[in-house]
Amino acid sequence: MSANLSSVLFLITGILFILALRGLSSPETSRMGNFFGITGMILAIVISILSVDIFFSNLIYFIIALSIGGIIGGIIAFKIPMTAMPQLVAGFHSLVGLAAVLVAVSAYYSPDSFGLGIFQNIKTASIIEMGLGVSIGAITFTGSIIAFMKLQGLMSGSPITFPGQHYLNAVLGILIISLICYLIINQSTQIFWMLIIASLLIGFLIIIPIGGADMPVVISMLNSYSGWAAAGIGFTLENTALIITGALVGSSGAILSYIMCKGMNRSFLNVILGGFGTDSTSSNIKEKTEQKPVKSGNAEDAAFLMKNASSVIIVTGYGMAVAQAQHALREMVDKLKKIDVKVSYAIHPVAGRMPGHMNVLLAEANVPYDEVFELDDINNDFANTDVAYVIGANDVTNPVAKTDPKSPIYGMPVLDVEKCKSVLFVKRSMSPGYAGVDNELFYRDNTLMLFADAKKMTEDIVKHLD
Amino acid sequence: MEIDPFIFRLSIFILSIFIGYFVVWSVTPSLHTPLMSVTNAISSVIIVGAIIASFSSIDGNSISFSNILGFIAVTLAAINIFGGFLVTQRMLQMYKKKEKKNK
Repeated sequence: MSANLSSVLFLITGILFILALRGLSSPETSRMGNFFGITGMILAIVISILSVDIFFSNLIYFIIALSIGGIIGGIIAFKIPMTAMPQLVAGFHSLVGLAAVLVAVSAYYSPDSFGLGIFQNIKTASIIEMGLGVSIGAITFTGSIIAFMKLQGLMSGSPITFPGQHYLNAVLGILIISLICYLIINQSTQIFWMLIIASLLIGFLIIIPIGGADMPVVISMLNSYSGWAAAGIGFTLENTALIITGALVGSSGAILSYIMCKGMNRSFLNVILGGFGTDSTSSNIKEKTEQKPVKSGNAEDAAFLMKNASSVIIVTGYGMAVAQAQHALREMVDKLKKIDVKVSYAIHPVAGRMPGHMNVLLAEANVPYDEVFELDDINNDFANTDVAYVIGANDVTNPVAKTDPKSPIYGMPVLDVEKCKSVLFVKRSMSPGYAGVDNELFYRDNTLMLFADAKKMTEDIVKHLD
Repeated sequence: MEIDPFIFRLSIFILSIFIGYFVVWSVTPSLHTPLMSVTNAISSVIIVGAIIASFSSIDGNSISFSNILGFIAVTLAAINIFGGFLVTQRMLQMYKKKEKKNK
């Protein structure tokens, strides 16, 4: 296939990918969007195969590799439970990162096949692009593996910090930049591999100090990195489809990180430098946990309150995902609707472990998406609502964020749950949430604490609603 | 003076960032998880590089180090492509509108 024709076809691939993302602007068009994405991918694979000189022995290995990957991917896609989506996405990012590294290494050792010059005498522009691509790819790879392990529970979700951490990262960062520059004058294998090792190391180091509930930011950030890595390789290979896709994915991840940071009222840097609620805040908790009266109730009380309400708002959080309570919740809502209680769902932007996590779980439980509202759309409704049912959320409902400038979560947008006539708060114990801040809501007169597992409690309420 | 082809690619890159910016802001927040899985799937278009690596040859037929890296990269990218698009499809199928009557 001529180079011009394949370039035009790669451009079409890029356009199909843009349409794939565009489709996600509403659930109705989203399935069509995914179809565009698949078409674009098939087109890209076909063009690349037609553009290379195929020889038989390698074709067989290629088909085997493609089939193995396809089968593994297919099995994962069908078997994975929806609650495991954050770690799945993190795991997938690591694969993109590693693939980028492998392609770059391959291009480094046989640049002639890629049209980049000869071994250790690669065109200057190409070696810079390659260096950037391989470095970002390696960071994405190890960073995503750590994120995966934290989300999967293979590693503690709490921040891991040690003295001099930021200095070490800074030194490594400078080293990486210097190595890329040095590659321009000396393309030796040692320098190239040192660059890869330093990048792998920094990927690991920048993710370990970030705690579990900051994972939405981390996953979005790694999503962005995987895009930039793809773009870097795209420049090396002079491939339009890769450049367009890399830019799309890169900016998509960056926007999601921004939205997540805004949802926590923290700067991106603050999240990345890690350690939320580690030192200064822990002393805060001690002062506040003096004996304050808390009203606690059981499923029967909760059922009674909701039965007699005319409207209920359900606030979901990560705890719902952990307890797998979404199906029980849906059952409860069905019962309430039958007795003409108006029910809607409220989702905070950072609820769960990745952007949109709660929405997917509710969708899985057959909750229609037009009953689910974002923070800004529903926050004014709490004042006219009888009951708020808070399940698995904590910090995002804490009124302290609006009142106490000394609190670490001050300024974070929160759901105005306390404005409801009564609040039902499902929680296993009185322990504070991720931010390490005591939730003032627990001690309010209109709050009834339901101490139990989220799923168990919801199921009990369902029984009492009959 | 002739313009370096790099400048053209850079232009494509920067304009694509802008397209990405506007398109992604129009994505509804409830679909942010499918957005991540689909962006992950499309970034596996890196498979085009893996294909070149798989078929690169220095001296005809023997399988080189670069080829092996290429095959591994093809496998990884394929996991992502199939896994990413299928899981997105699975998620999107769950998003339903309010039904008029209950089952």
